[in-house]
Amino acid sequence: MRLTCPLCGPRDRREFYYSGSEDYLNRPAADAPAEAWDDMLHLRVNPAGVTRDLWYHETGCGSWLVVTRNTVTHEILATERVADRKGGAA
Amino acid sequence: MPDLIAKSALHGTAPLTLAGTTLAEAAPGPITSIACFPGTLAEVAARLGGFPVPGRVAGDLVWTGPEQAFLLGRAAPDLAGIAAVTDQSGGWAALRLTGPRAVQALMRLYPLDLRPAHFPPGSVARVPLGHMQSVLIREEAGFLVLVFRSMARTAWHEIETALQSLDARARAGLEAPSS
Repeated sequence: MRLTCPLCGPRDRREFYYSGSEDYLNRPAADAPAEAWDDMLHLRVNPAGVTRDLWYHETGCGSWLVVTRNTVTHEILATERVADRKGGAA
Repeated sequence: MPDLIAKSALHGTAPLTLAGTTLAEAAPGPITSIACFPGTLAEVAARLGGFPVPGRVAGDLVWTGPEQAFLLGRAAPDLAGIAAVTDQSGGWAALRLTGPRAVQALMRLYPLDLRPAHFPPGSVARVPLGHMQSVLIREEAGFLVLVFRSMARTAWHEIETALQSLDARARAGLEAPSS
């Protein structure tokens, strides 16, 4: 399995650390009810198909990436930097 | 205040030449990490006289990550308030590999296509050497490899082993075409 880092190009999966679901990017407001925080921390769908996760380019440039992949076909559909997505600096 | 004697990471290691290719410790001088604060890239570039784009070297500035670079060989200007500036000089070991088998030797260790068409002079990559974090820089005459200082002898050993293998193949007449 290879992931294409937008800055470094295609690299081996072992250069990356898997963090978990993209849901971790969507934090509730600080004063949101406990249920919203519980959802963000613990409730996950487990799709047979397209899923989006967070990966860290650990032995490369140190970018956090959102990887869109298919859990059935193992296809990597897209990789993008979290920093680019938010439109802010790294 | 005692006068301390600075020793390089591979202090006392003589250069090694195998298969016409030379591995030697390099002395790049001061290494300063410059990491821009959010939104300050243009200002930092103006004070430094440029800033490398991803994967490239710009003069004495080497790209090392998103909006981050190493400044080699000179002191950094005052960047207070716009960038995190840290002295990394003692933290890294530098190895230089030059000669006709340099590309082949390193392509045994690095998961990258290092042939000149894909990794020309002025290129840089953050890429693991085995399992070691490293900064790989393509110079005109060869490669400069930066690894954490504690990994200096391991990195040397890995490259030496790759050179020995290429040297043995050349002696046995199994030489692959040079690239």
